[in-house]
Amino acid sequence: MRIHTTARTALRALARNPMRAMLTTLGIVIGIGAVIAMMEIGAGSSAALQKTIASMGANVLVIRPGTASSGGVSFGSGTTTTLTPEDSAAILKECPAVRNGAPIVRARTQLVYGNRNWVPTYIYGTTPSFLDVQDWPALAEGEPFSERDVLNATKVCLLGRTLVRELFADESPVGKEIRLNNVAFRVVGVLGAKGANMMGLDQDDIVLAPWTTIKYRVTGSSLSSSNQSATSGASGDSVNTLSNIYPGSQPSLYPERSAVQAANNPMPVRFANVDQILVAARSAADVQPALAQITALLRERHHMRPGEPDDFNVRDLTEMTKALSSTTTMMTNLLLAVAMISLVVGGVGIMNIMLVSVTERTREIGLRMAVGAKGGDILRQFLVEAVVLCLVGGAMGILLGHGGSQLVRIFMQWPVATSPVAIAAAVLVSASVGMVFGFYPAWKASRLDPIEALRYE
Amino acid sequence: MGMEFIELRDIRKSYVMGDMTVPVLKGVSLTIASGEMVALMGSSGSGKSTLMNILGCLDRPTSGECWLDGEEVSRLSNDQRAFVRNHKLGFVFQSFNLLPRTSALDNVAMPLSYTDEGLSEREARQRAAEMLSRFGLGDRLHHEPSQLSGGQQQRVAIARALINRPPLLFADEPTGNLDSKTSEEVLRMFEQLNAQEGITIIMVTHDLGVARHAQRTIHVSDGLIVDNAVTAPPTTGPGGGT
Repeated sequence: MRIHTTARTALRALARNPMRAMLTTLGIVIGIGAVIAMMEIGAGSSAALQKTIASMGANVLVIRPGTASSGGVSFGSGTTTTLTPEDSAAILKECPAVRNGAPIVRARTQLVYGNRNWVPTYIYGTTPSFLDVQDWPALAEGEPFSERDVLNATKVCLLGRTLVRELFADESPVGKEIRLNNVAFRVVGVLGAKGANMMGLDQDDIVLAPWTTIKYRVTGSSLSSSNQSATSGASGDSVNTLSNIYPGSQPSLYPERSAVQAANNPMPVRFANVDQILVAARSAADVQPALAQITALLRERHHMRPGEPDDFNVRDLTEMTKALSSTTTMMTNLLLAVAMISLVVGGVGIMNIMLVSVTERTREIGLRMAVGAKGGDILRQFLVEAVVLCLVGGAMGILLGHGGSQLVRIFMQWPVATSPVAIAAAVLVSASVGMVFGFYPAWKASRLDPIEALRYE
Repeated sequence: MGMEFIELRDIRKSYVMGDMTVPVLKGVSLTIASGEMVALMGSSGSGKSTLMNILGCLDRPTSGECWLDGEEVSRLSNDQRAFVRNHKLGFVFQSFNLLPRTSALDNVAMPLSYTDEGLSEREARQRAAEMLSRFGLGDRLHHEPSQLSGGQQQRVAIARALINRPPLLFADEPTGNLDSKTSEEVLRMFEQLNAQEGITIIMVTHDLGVARHAQRTIHVSDGLIVDNAVTAPPTTGPGGGT
């Protein structure tokens, strides 16, 4: 007996009692429907949750220079000056797991506007990518500074909400001038509010400006004060030439060297260093690969020998990543447990009704055997009936679940995500529920004695 | 002696009930030739139903041989016997045994789904429709059993029994649920099938009036054949010779 004949026979047998078939399959419909709805709503919530946690900085890696030490005295993290803006550019170009990155130069100084002043928690010299790396909300006013501003060391800045409140009260700061360490900056925009970070520090107490401006105009100490070499060394690097255009405030300690001296005794060229590089991985799962890629790249760029310790530290926000992954895992397991229970209940319902059906159709089974059905034919017929019931129930459940989650999306504004995996799994699971719970009744039917079955009243 | 169409040799059947062994058939030997129409008579409990089940490959004898069309069927496996039932035997029951809420057409086509001929759905239904037309039900193809009269239902059952063109037809009290007029019709139908197509027919009955239509009546009593007499000459149909 061929399988499509069997399927047709099974469908016809089910069609003889459509009401009961409907009620039988209701357990599966509800089970699969619940699974699909939960998977879709769960996937949506999980995606939203991941996004939220990502905006808190779970995907962000912080690269800081390593420690410098002198005579056994270590100066602590961030004291070497080996991290450069070029490192940041190279990371972006060569690490596929990295989405974006921004170098940061820090300063701490007084901010003055009119007769008010304030010392912000953060004065960051950076690039426009910073806003993307930090997942900063959209600007409240104005617009961000550009890459061109970075190259030109333009005196422009963005202010955080707290600063606006402290310095400008009710005025709009855009277009106004503020002074930072006696350098006048034009305010081009106001950052959106971000609130406190995980450590409780106010993230809105911030000034963002091009890193070149902060480095060469505000702190002004980069090359001349922190390093003895190459004070006036003409390097070919476009960024480093800025130190000639905007020399530091401190006078040179040594007399200018002549061209002959310089040629005879070349000085190693020092690059501008940055205090840290912020890097955003593409996703939470990409944090570890990004870490490995960055470490390998920086070791190569900094000419570290094998075995030599890194002259930088890469840190991820492990705690947050852990929280994120454990939340997701827990949610998935919960959904799975609920799904299992409802499917087992549905399966038992199917088995119950199939057993009733076998008893009720004993004469039919006897008759089919009398006209030549083998035990295997009967087994297959009832098994196919159970599987068809479950598959139809599964299909209806998918529609019901999908419709339900769409209603939730429309009326409750919850995020949902259609999950093709869940749908495929639902089809597979409903077919196997039919197989498993349909087998016993089908086996019982196939073992009937035709004489007894024909005589059954 | 040439092999008869059906030959039973010393068939014994007993049932075990608790500690007791109840013998039902106590050594039945019997031959039926191809093309015969035989009535199997006996009171209830005489063993005639058991005998028919053994002949119909539904049951196995405790001992003895049962040859059907040159094949010893009592030792075949269940699946092989299902094959024999499908290809060589047709059954007509007292209570028709039609599938409820299923059209006459699908009822008749049902045995075809267990053959290995590989008929398509369309061929099967066409064959079933032809068979039903032969029995005068060409206009009732899509009626369900509950919409048919008793006589019509029994004709559907006969059509179903013959759909695989078996050489042997069993009828277990075929007229038990019919009034006398339709009983006559059904019996005449059997006679026609027997005469025109040479189908061997075995009727189980306790009604002498039914048995009279057969060429031979076998009386079973207490597990033994007590009378095996030819009651009437073979009937002749329009197309058959003597």
